[in-house]
Amino acid sequence: MTQVNYKAPTTTKEASRLMAKAKGSAFLLAGGTDLLVRMKSGLIDPDLIVDIKRIPATQSIKKNDGKYVIGAGVPCVALGKNKGLVKAWPGVVEAANLIGSDQIQGRCTMVGNLCNASPAADSVPALVAARAKAVIVGPKGRRTIPVEKVVTGPGTTSLKKGEVIESIKLPERGARSADAYLRFIPRTEMDIAVCSAGVNLTLGAKGIIKQARVALGAVAPTVILVPAAARALVGKQLDDAVLAKVAAACEIACAPIDDKRGTVEFRTEVAGVLARRAATIAYQRAGGKL
Amino acid sequence: MTADTSYTDQEFELVGTRPVRPDGIDKVTGRARYGADASAPGQLVGAILRSPHAHAKIKKIDTSKAEKLAGVKAVITSADLPDLTHGNRASFDILENCMARDRALYDGHAVAAVAAIDQVTARRALSLIKVVYKKLPHVTDVDEAMQDSAPIVQPHIRTPGGDPDKPTNISQISTFGHGDVEAGFAKAEVIVEESFKTEQTHQGYIEPHACLATLGPDGQGELWVTTQGHYTFRNICAELLGLEVANLKVTSSEIGGGFGGKTHVWMEPVALALSRKANRPVKLVMSREEVFRASGPTSSTSVDVKLGATADGRIVAATATLRYQGGAFPGIWGMLGAMTSFACYDLENVKSIGYDVLVNRPKVAAYRAPSAPMAAFGVESTMNLLAEKIGMDPVELRILNAATEGTKASYGPPYGPIGIGATLEAVQKHPHMRARLGKNQGRGMACGFWFNFGGQTCCDLNIGVDGTVNLTVGTVDVGGSRASLSLIAAEELGIPYEKVRVTIGDTASLGHNDTTEGSRGTFSSGMATIFAARNAIEELKVRAAQTWEIDAKHVDWQNGQAVARGIEHSNLGPLTLEELARKSPTTGGPIAGHNEVVADGAGVSFASHICDVEVDPETGSTKVLRYTVVQDAGKAIHPDYVEGQFQGGAAQGIGWALNEEYIYGKDGRLQNPGFLDYRIPVCSDLPFIDTKILEIPNPNHPYGIRGVGETSIVPPLAAIANAVSNAVGVRMKHIPMSPPRILKAIKEQQAGESQVSAG
Amino acid sequence: MSGVHVSTTVNGDAVEFVCPGGESLLDVLRNRLGLTGAKEGCGTGDCGACSVTLDGQLVCSCLVLGAEVEGREVNTVEGMAEGNRLHPLQRQFLDNAALQCGICTPGFLVAAKALLDENPNPTETEIRYALAGNLCRCTGYDKIVRAVDAAAKDLRREAKRKARQKSK
Repeated sequence: MTQVNYKAPTTTKEASRLMAKAKGSAFLLAGGTDLLVRMKSGLIDPDLIVDIKRIPATQSIKKNDGKYVIGAGVPCVALGKNKGLVKAWPGVVEAANLIGSDQIQGRCTMVGNLCNASPAADSVPALVAARAKAVIVGPKGRRTIPVEKVVTGPGTTSLKKGEVIESIKLPERGARSADAYLRFIPRTEMDIAVCSAGVNLTLGAKGIIKQARVALGAVAPTVILVPAAARALVGKQLDDAVLAKVAAACEIACAPIDDKRGTVEFRTEVAGVLARRAATIAYQRAGGKL
Repeated sequence: MTADTSYTDQEFELVGTRPVRPDGIDKVTGRARYGADASAPGQLVGAILRSPHAHAKIKKIDTSKAEKLAGVKAVITSADLPDLTHGNRASFDILENCMARDRALYDGHAVAAVAAIDQVTARRALSLIKVVYKKLPHVTDVDEAMQDSAPIVQPHIRTPGGDPDKPTNISQISTFGHGDVEAGFAKAEVIVEESFKTEQTHQGYIEPHACLATLGPDGQGELWVTTQGHYTFRNICAELLGLEVANLKVTSSEIGGGFGGKTHVWMEPVALALSRKANRPVKLVMSREEVFRASGPTSSTSVDVKLGATADGRIVAATATLRYQGGAFPGIWGMLGAMTSFACYDLENVKSIGYDVLVNRPKVAAYRAPSAPMAAFGVESTMNLLAEKIGMDPVELRILNAATEGTKASYGPPYGPIGIGATLEAVQKHPHMRARLGKNQGRGMACGFWFNFGGQTCCDLNIGVDGTVNLTVGTVDVGGSRASLSLIAAEELGIPYEKVRVTIGDTASLGHNDTTEGSRGTFSSGMATIFAARNAIEELKVRAAQTWEIDAKHVDWQNGQAVARGIEHSNLGPLTLEELARKSPTTGGPIAGHNEVVADGAGVSFASHICDVEVDPETGSTKVLRYTVVQDAGKAIHPDYVEGQFQGGAAQGIGWALNEEYIYGKDGRLQNPGFLDYRIPVCSDLPFIDTKILEIPNPNHPYGIRGVGETSIVPPLAAIANAVSNAVGVRMKHIPMSPPRILKAIKEQQAGESQVSAG
Repeated sequence: MSGVHVSTTVNGDAVEFVCPGGESLLDVLRNRLGLTGAKEGCGTGDCGACSVTLDGQLVCSCLVLGAEVEGREVNTVEGMAEGNRLHPLQRQFLDNAALQCGICTPGFLVAAKALLDENPNPTETEIRYALAGNLCRCTGYDKIVRAVDAAAKDLRREAKRKARQKSK
């Protein structure tokens, strides 16, 4: 263990600069609910911690031209208190609000959840289903990439040295659109997802699904999109036959592992069940009738 | 002092009421001091280096770099804790568990320790200690460890009655029972037989092990520690460190949960050895990961049960084979499993065989009614299988076969008055049994037994000049016993509850007290308190007689005052305890009562539980909807805390039944040493837990008290398994019934059914 | 040692301390400020025994760096009673025997207060989910949930009385 240098810059640019020039191991601190656990367990031994919570741009939820921009330092509890956001993106909000206890909710952030790069991150399948984008500030300026391009594998991201995610952008929400997220955990709270599913739908006339995205968590090295499940939905009204196809497509897409949280068999089976149930919820939220 | 301990039926003024506990304010304001809350001037921080291997030879430990690090004041290995046990193998096992000698026996086994000026330095020092290991083959599964080809955990162990030259992992085989089981099975019209497994669980107390140790070159030391038994800790630490018992003062801190896990010494001798080497106080606190990896969980088991009965439900033969692993050291866990397995029933022919088995896991410790829940899971599940096969109501079946007063227990002695029948009848009448169930919901019930324990106990009761009372006891208060003991002292003396203050004495202030285990706290210290109070009353009567200048024989104690008996003394008004106390400086000095007792005759305890669950057939997830505990308390001194014990035990049992388990990798390392993946129930997992206290007096206690702390963890495993079986039609034989296990069982059942219909 | 100098407010009092950059708020409270009411049960945010509020927001102090609380307001169990007057939650925990060993009690009290500050009239289910981040191994939560419910009633009654007094 070494002496940790703690910095709390007030602009994203400065945070990026500190991270870029850091020697040794440097970590960004948003909510800290993963970082401090890793420090405690001795998995990491930072030389530098850059706290982004004193940066105003990371601290707000804004709506510009119908698009929500959620700062990287916004604790997940704040999402549930934003009525407009809940109405537009109930699935994203419920996913973020499922992370940990009330104590964790007061600290954890969606960007932290994303950058921790766990395949079981709760908010990520919902963000991927929602076509969310990450706004990145780095030594070479700003860039915006789809959320699914951030995580490259368990614990690894595509971010380059000095790059800092400043915010998450959600697209404009049209009519008759809704999303939903479900996860499976053994208890009622406090667990990491054994598997999970996020579904985002837009309906047309007569409840026919116009657009669909289905993403699964904890069934592969990263959160995965399941285009076959989306295809099973598009152009249909939701019924048991369609749902069975969604579940089957999800099961085929699963490539999970056996570990302390679940078996291959269980994850595969239940991911299909969750996708089916999440699709049903999203469909009803979007105004579809079963 | 011997006194009559037999039960007398009496009216109580205070016993049975629910006053606020005396240590309450400290505990709701954050003032109460637990193991990690003490500090001493010049204190160092201790830290322990632990084996990353399940089983390994320790070839070399190089501590030189750590010793040179600035701020490091002591580094120790097993060389600093030499063997002073003089051939006492049980003590040597404790020593070896505290610090590995030539081999690391499990993932998490201590191999070296440091004391440094702060946490950062201590952790850095640990990283500078170089240990050269040679990995050895390991075994963590109880059934595998019993195979002939299994890696040997402790080469000196032999199976009793087995080959004296052949090392083995079976350290003990214990057989209990009576009658002729073969003849019994021959008579049986119905026979059921099933095998079960349970995984290892941890007591999961929220407070990690913590102590503050001071030991000087003069051999005098002090230890502040979270423990269930500071006298036992003192004796063991003194033996392992070569100290005189009187020179080590051990003070029990407030204890943040124990459930058996704090009856054992884990790292306290290490803290004392560090302090001795550094000649400064050392604070040593386990991390949660260390608690899971290196302090005793309960056994994982494998159990076979066979029951034979007549067609009308009378059990004519019962056998059980129970295999319990005790971690890397010999235990008594299989023996306790064999003793408890059939204790609920009146059986003509019964036999149980318990195997104690060593594996490469942490040393098993007592966990609340140790070994009984796993045995009950096997037996009580098989009871339901028998009921199904006969076509009989499972409660009826149990009532028909329940033990009663005079029944010869399967573990030997005849029973006195006991409560198993009464708990079953209460279950049968309970509205819970008639509540409606919905889709995918099921109800189960099961019974449980625990011996309870008494043991060595002593206490002092000192009366202050204002008539208030200090009661000093030596049994650690793990769940509210100070309130119960205050009630008992006040009841005996006839004074208000608030006038008594109970303190847990350190080891220098009282004679030896056995550890608070076996549900003995209120039973045994309650008994000692009654006798100490009566002892003080005798002295109060003498003082009153002296004041009145009459013979003490003519003085009675009534409602907190001395009363002169007989018409000739009718002119003498009563003297209250307070009046006598105020006069005490001039009537012979302080007034006190004492008692030393071996509190034999702890009454056995029985419980029957009812549980409703809902199972999601698509995910295997189980929700406990309703739970009812019926248990015999003998006499509930403070009913709130009796209910609390019932509820807490049930909640632990629910966790064990559904989600808690030690998960080992193929490498023999524990994969879930944290509260994230070792899943104890959270608040939203549980319903309110209803309780019904029965009071069938224990004939061997003046108030009829039985221990109440443990029995409540015995029935839940089977009660929930029976409920799940009724909800989704699958018989769960492996605990915990985690969602993957239930879903797999449902799928297998469905596959079996479709095969049957196809065939 | 190059520590971080921090000025902050704890239970209404201005305090200053110097701590290493990687030290948790929990360690600062316990080892530097002498406030041992918050406990370390896990150090990983899974047990809630170290619960405090930070600018009114419930957090696990083991997952906050001491360096982060510069200029903020920290409240712990030690600040719950007003002088010698216990908070209704503290009173109801005692009256309902909602603690056995008591190690989790400070965390439960802080978390329950955060719940009732936000939602004065929670259902049983809301209480259970709000307290899911606080582990108790002794009680099975039964008497804790009852105590929180009773304290919520007390607080609502108190609020009504205050409102009535104001309107007079």
